[in-house]
Order: sequence, then C-alpha cells, then structure tokens
Amino acid sequence: MAESGLMEDILETAEAWSGDGHRVALATVTRTWGSSPRPVGSQLVVRQDGSFRGSVSGGCIEAAVVESAREAIGDGRVRTLEFTVSNERAWEVGLTCGGTIQVFVAPLI
Amino acid sequence: MKGATLTALNEARRKREGVIHATWLDSGESWLICRDDALDADLARDVGQAFRLDQSRTLDVGGRPLFLHVFNPPVRLIIVGAVHVAQSLAVLARTTGMDPVIVDPRRAWADARRFPDVRVMEAWPDDALARLKPDHRTAVAVLTHDPRIDDPALIAALDSPAFYIGALGSRRSHARRLERLADEGLDGLAMARIHGPVGLDIGARSAEEIALSIMAEVVAARNGKLQ
Repeated sequence: MAESGLMEDILETAEAWSGDGHRVALATVTRTWGSSPRPVGSQLVVRQDGSFRGSVSGGCIEAAVVESAREAIGDGRVRTLEFTVSNERAWEVGLTCGGTIQVFVAPLI
Repeated sequence: MKGATLTALNEARRKREGVIHATWLDSGESWLICRDDALDADLARDVGQAFRLDQSRTLDVGGRPLFLHVFNPPVRLIIVGAVHVAQSLAVLARTTGMDPVIVDPRRAWADARRFPDVRVMEAWPDDALARLKPDHRTAVAVLTHDPRIDDPALIAALDSPAFYIGALGSRRSHARRLERLADEGLDGLAMARIHGPVGLDIGARSAEEIALSIMAEVVAARNGKLQ
C-alpha cells in the first residue's frame, strides 16, 4: 500500500493513535462477492471514542463496523462480519450494485 | 493484532519491503511473512502468487480461514524531465498511491523546491535508470522533448521490464523519435512498447490535463486495461 502525502496511511494512524495511549481496532475487508466498492485489503482504524479513519465500503456499513470495532476493543476479541445487500437496497448502504462483503475486526493488543 | 506486529509491518513498509500480514481469522493470531521466508510447499505457492499478483485473499488451510494481506511497495513512476507537466504528474502519482521519482540532468530544472516531498535526481537518465533499476512494478514517462535526454531514457527503459513506457510529443515528433531509435539499433517490436503520443486521448491542453491523461494511461496499464 502506498505511503502518501495526500492520502492518510491507515496503519501509520493506528500506530500513532496507539502510541498516544488510545485503544484501537482495525477492520479489514477479507472477502467480497459480487460488486464491491472497496477491494479486499481495504482498512478502517477505529478508536475507542468512535473516531475512525479509512473505509471498508462506499459509506453506510462503516457505522456498523465502527460499533463492532468498539466492542472488540472492549472485550479484546476478534470478529468476522458479513454484510449482504440486495440490489434494491444497495444504494442505501453504499454497496453500488449489491453483493456481499466480509469484514474482519481485530483489536490491537 | 499485536502492537509489535503492527510496528514491524509499518517498519517494513517504510523500508519499501514487500511483506504479507497473515491472520487466522478464527483466532486472530497473526504474523508477518517476508518474501524470502521458508514456508511449506502449499503455503509457499499461495504466498508467492499473492505477492506476484499483488492480491490479498483468504485461503482455506485445513478447514481454517487464513487471510493473506499483501503489502507490496508502491508502484514507481519514473518521470524523466522536471518540466511543468511533471509537477502535476508527481502529485497525481502520489494521489493514486504510486511513488514518483523525477530525473533531469539540468540543474535549473531539477530543483527540489518545485517538487515538494518528491525525490528529484539531477542525473542523466541512463545513469539514473541504471541506479533505479525499473522492474515490472515501474512505469517510465519521458517528458523533456529533448532527444539528448529523452532518447537515452527510452533506450534504458526499453532494456527493463517496466510495465509502462510513455513519451511526450506529437505524432510527428514521435515518428522522428522512432527513426532515431531505429538508427540506434532498436527494433520495431521493442519500440512498440513506447506509448506515444503519451497519455489517453482526453483532448488535454494544459499541463495539468496532460498529466491527468498520462496518469490515466499508467493506471490503465497497471490494471491490464491497455493494449
């Protein structure tokens, strides 16, 4: 993945937040079926206070992922989430044409 | 993920070393795999493929899901000619996650202040490319319009496995360029690798638009969408 002056580097942010004493979790797209707005490997870093950077979809599953990440920070356990979106509802959750996306959530320990 | 693993992963990425972060998705246990690590045969094949295709994926290993997250160093874009187009092109390369390097032997042009946060080499392109060693994850864009700089750059680039080689100039100047390169002993098949006039045809006029058209062509080449 790129280092860049223009894009925020998610893993650098995770390390910096952790170094500042925050508890953080990482969410990663591990599988996709059908069309998906973000490729496998896309990441989101979440802080206990709910701040986050990065993305695992075009938009609306982020809220659910952030919530799950905060739970992971709380109990120290990993979880695998799956979101399936019908074509009719696809636009609401930001999965452009429907499809399934698997997101792995792990606390930094 | 352990904090120490994250630190080591970021360290490897800063050093531009290819590395895979492998995670058992059931337990969360994870570790780093480097390119030259000894692995058992099945995993070695999947790891090799993931590095080569630059593709992260989840494997089934004895009924357990193992996620291989590939962190290859960024694709490089060597820009020969610290010209006006190069200023925009370097920024666009960064925006799309590539790693730009500017090469120009002319001191007045190769001024790092014109290219904030970009590596600028004041060097002849053949020397620079010998040092940079373009590989299959490197693109080369040649922009000076000056045959004394462009031609040796193209000859050096054609001698490498760079996945994209482009040269700025009109159809006419490109035709003359190909004649000169033929005189240098290059054959038609080799020269067919040069994209000239450079860039996708989007009717670009300004330096910024030309940079955008070049960047679009490089992205298309990287994604296998270019003939």
